[in-house]
Amino acid sequence: MENIQDKLLSFSVDADGIGTLVIDQKENPTNLFSEEFIKKYVETARLAIADDAVKGVIVTSGKPIFMAGADLRALLEDIPDQKSFTASIMEMHHGLREIETAGKPFVAAINGTALGGGLELCLACHHRIALNSTKIKIGFPEIKVGLFPGGGGTVKAPYLLGIQSALMYLLQGIEARPPKALKDGLIDAVAESQEEMMEAAKAFILATPNPVQPWDNKKHKIPGGGMWTPNGVQTMVGASGNVGKLTHGNYPSAQKIIKVIHDGIQIPVDRALEIEARYFTAAVNTPEAKNMIRTGFFAIQDAAKGKARPKDEPKYEIQKLGVLGAGMMGAGIAYVSAKAGMDVVLKDVTVEGAEKGKAYSTTLLDKAIAKKRSTPEKKEALLAKITPTDDPNAVEGSDLIIEAVFENVELKDKVTKETEAVLGEDKVYGSNTSTIPISLLAKSSARPENFIGIHFFSPVDKMPLVEIIVGEKTADKAIAAAVDYTVAIKKVPIVVNDSRGFFTSRCFGTYVTEGMFLLEEGVPAPMIERVATKIGLPVGPLAVHDEVSLTLSVHIFESDPAEKSAAEKRSYAMVKDLVENHKRTGKRDGAGFYDYPKGGQKKLWPGLKEIYTPNVDALSEEVVKKRMLHRQVLESYRCLDEGVLRSTTDGDIGSILGWGFPIFTGGALSYIDYVGMDNFIADCDAFKAQFGERWDVPQSLRDLAAAGKSIHDFGK
Amino acid sequence: MEAYIYDAIRTVRGKGSKKGALIGVTPAELARQTLTALQSKHQLDTTLVNDVILGCVGQVKDQGANIAKSAAQASNYGDHLCGVTLNRFCGSGLESMNQAAAYIKSGFRDLIVAGGVESMSRVAMGSDGAGMFIDPTLAVPGNLVPQGISADLIASKYGYTRQATDEFAAESQRRATIANEKGYFKSRIPVLDPNGVEILTTDENIRPGTTAESMATLQPAFQMMGAMAGFDDVALDKYPEVETLEHVHHAGNSSAIVDGAAISLIGNKEAGEKMGLKPRFKVRTAAIDGTDPTIMLTGPAPASRKALKQAGMNIGDIDLIEVNEAFSAIPMLFMDEMGVGMDKINVNGGAIAMGHPLGATGCMLAGTLMDELERRDLNTGLVTLCIAGGMGIATIIERV
Repeated sequence: MENIQDKLLSFSVDADGIGTLVIDQKENPTNLFSEEFIKKYVETARLAIADDAVKGVIVTSGKPIFMAGADLRALLEDIPDQKSFTASIMEMHHGLREIETAGKPFVAAINGTALGGGLELCLACHHRIALNSTKIKIGFPEIKVGLFPGGGGTVKAPYLLGIQSALMYLLQGIEARPPKALKDGLIDAVAESQEEMMEAAKAFILATPNPVQPWDNKKHKIPGGGMWTPNGVQTMVGASGNVGKLTHGNYPSAQKIIKVIHDGIQIPVDRALEIEARYFTAAVNTPEAKNMIRTGFFAIQDAAKGKARPKDEPKYEIQKLGVLGAGMMGAGIAYVSAKAGMDVVLKDVTVEGAEKGKAYSTTLLDKAIAKKRSTPEKKEALLAKITPTDDPNAVEGSDLIIEAVFENVELKDKVTKETEAVLGEDKVYGSNTSTIPISLLAKSSARPENFIGIHFFSPVDKMPLVEIIVGEKTADKAIAAAVDYTVAIKKVPIVVNDSRGFFTSRCFGTYVTEGMFLLEEGVPAPMIERVATKIGLPVGPLAVHDEVSLTLSVHIFESDPAEKSAAEKRSYAMVKDLVENHKRTGKRDGAGFYDYPKGGQKKLWPGLKEIYTPNVDALSEEVVKKRMLHRQVLESYRCLDEGVLRSTTDGDIGSILGWGFPIFTGGALSYIDYVGMDNFIADCDAFKAQFGERWDVPQSLRDLAAAGKSIHDFGK
Repeated sequence: MEAYIYDAIRTVRGKGSKKGALIGVTPAELARQTLTALQSKHQLDTTLVNDVILGCVGQVKDQGANIAKSAAQASNYGDHLCGVTLNRFCGSGLESMNQAAAYIKSGFRDLIVAGGVESMSRVAMGSDGAGMFIDPTLAVPGNLVPQGISADLIASKYGYTRQATDEFAAESQRRATIANEKGYFKSRIPVLDPNGVEILTTDENIRPGTTAESMATLQPAFQMMGAMAGFDDVALDKYPEVETLEHVHHAGNSSAIVDGAAISLIGNKEAGEKMGLKPRFKVRTAAIDGTDPTIMLTGPAPASRKALKQAGMNIGDIDLIEVNEAFSAIPMLFMDEMGVGMDKINVNGGAIAMGHPLGATGCMLAGTLMDELERRDLNTGLVTLCIAGGMGIATIIERV
């Protein structure tokens, strides 16, 4: 056959009759699995199969990544014709199955990351050899965007990995390095160099003229046994149990993975692929998948690249960072910044305090070394970048300041003034306050245009979100600086306007207070907590209040001079009673809504029943659920309506990454579309009549609904 | 037309484990021995019997391919004897009696052998596979959990403590011990080897002297499963008002896994005349009801209420009751819901002491109840069982 040079791939044959198919999609930055590509791939393979001079084909990539997965843009829209969509998947399978069953060896030479569809392409080869590089990841991440492998991976993986291991790979979206993928059976060999890999591939082709896939081989035994073995049955029972526990039915693709394996592993592979295709079509059309692709993948990816920064501002370079306050937040900020290569001055009132803050990095790095995620050399290099001090002048020359001292206006005022005295006039000053309005703090600043809120979440090294707060006088340059900084430390920024509690604390607070109101109204405490986790919130509102501390809630209310709403006064009265009359202050003291026995599981404090008489029938589970979710969403919408949020996307991202709002809904604003805007408004109206003013729906949302628009049309 | 119970026979129950006395006896043979015993006891004219209905849960391997016909074949009753096997899980043995009674009342049949069989040592529980527990489209949306988790959920929801469930179990053992010693189990036969030598003559699992204290060290049976496979959370998702799942059940206060077979002879009046047998009981009525499948095992009370309503009775009209002791919490809940006491329930012990050969138990309970009603010279009895999938079954019998 002729050599091929195409915009998607190239093909050539060497003197020994070994064909090499190089995937190199000229119009994409990375190779993607798409209908167009598979057509070209199969067409090329057919030519090679038909040509007796070609003994076999090595499939490899011309880019650093083998193939990143499917083109998710194609899956954002609803599939109008499900029959033809399923048929087109089957057409792809027919092509790939032709290659598998043609009796001519195809070898995947995995020279870069192969995920999702990329791995499925490798599974449609007879042999897989990966380069042993720590940069290469092999796996099926589809579940993370609400999907599952629909290119044969779900059907085929159990034959290679065994049912249990395949379920883990698919349900957890494991991305394995080559040695693990080899050990688990996903690939057949690893090679230490490109040459070694190509030689091994060639050797396989010459030694295996008539290869048979495991799923076509009647003698092949599924590792660990088939489904109808004691082991298999136990695995499947446990899989449903654990998926029920972990997803509460909120992530339909998790169930579909077990279903496809369950239905498919008992029958011939060609028919099993039909099952996979049908369920994949169904998965693509679920709102959960759309939400997870739109918000969870694209929106967060864009935000992480700094989409929120003012476009015309030049990049703000940060070499030296001054962190004021070496408490838990300051220590974490110092760590993530040093890790990003910045020189950090960590300033506290005393040198001991600053040293203690630096020691936090030591602890984290020791843990990372123990887990083989870092090395002693990297540890030393990182620690060398953090300079602890008690000298306010040591931050001189910093490009950016992040203040993380105690939440006290007078203290922050003093710190701002002493720092600005040595800080360059064109440098930006960020405050990591979580409760005090930025415009108020900016009054201490001689240069309020350079003053901005940079709100981290705890623990800083783990939490991916940074909420950037724009004060009245904050200039675009400061916004650009904060966004550039956040991107540099590999976190996701959202930019919001100043408001009490900003966006995240304000909306998250409504969740906590609504949980208390439910308790006051007689809903049993276990029911509140269980329903919360059941709808996908990471922690119940009572448990999370214990974490935050009830004492802190009282402090925030009492120290804020602003006029309070009826809801705020009501929750304050409840918390004050708990703290003062019942000594229930929170987790730190081992006594909040829960008791925290030493070395044991936390247990709801029995005394709650005395204060708030529980009644199982007080409110239906449906109402309990909606009150907890709708309340956060309504508050998020108010933030949008009042201009605290600058976009629906920021609200979605902030809610998901900031306080764990369930991602299958698309986030706290997409949620309105997810449940239906009319339904949402009707629920809130009914709640207003029954439960009070806090459920009042802004007119602008009614207008949006009347116009039949999506929440993402807000302001458009 | 009335459906009369002319007799009931059951084998002794052997432990359903590798060390159990009856592991060497096939389930078809267990069933055959009941049929043979019935024939020889009454010099039964076997040509009068139309059909054998047997309940059996694990219908694979030895118990596959319609074991009722296998037993009929082995029995030498004659080629005319048909067989049908049914599966209503733990209610199977009683379901077969109810279906037989319905056949008789309809006039479609004259005389039927109805009962059940299960060799749990030879065909392990779960051997028959189960879409309900393995197919995620059934298991996940239904919040389905294994039975032991359901039993622990009942205990947690209704407040049955480890101590209380252990005391109930000890009482079952105590009562079974007495009944066994005093020979109250008149319907019971030994299991014989091919030479006619007795392999087992008494229910192997009865443990005289068992007390709540002696069970205190037994580890909860479903704790690890509940945690590892996520079932505690799956169950609590359905019952959010319950804070934690207390794992109170263990090998000692749950029904024992055993082997055994039981049959009854159910027919119309004319059949009795032809056989020259007096009916012992009549089947007054029978009912089933479905409940939430997660908590699964709460069916006995609603099914019993339905049966009582059909019979125009109330619970006070019932003299003695057999509630299957699948787990301690099941009869405990039944007593609380129906307002009856220990004096009427399982007076000769139950499955905790003697075991629960799944497909046979319903018929065994009926036979035990018949013997005891006669011994005490009482009239009316109720048999009820909880059933997998969230079902309950109840039958009311009356002395003739």
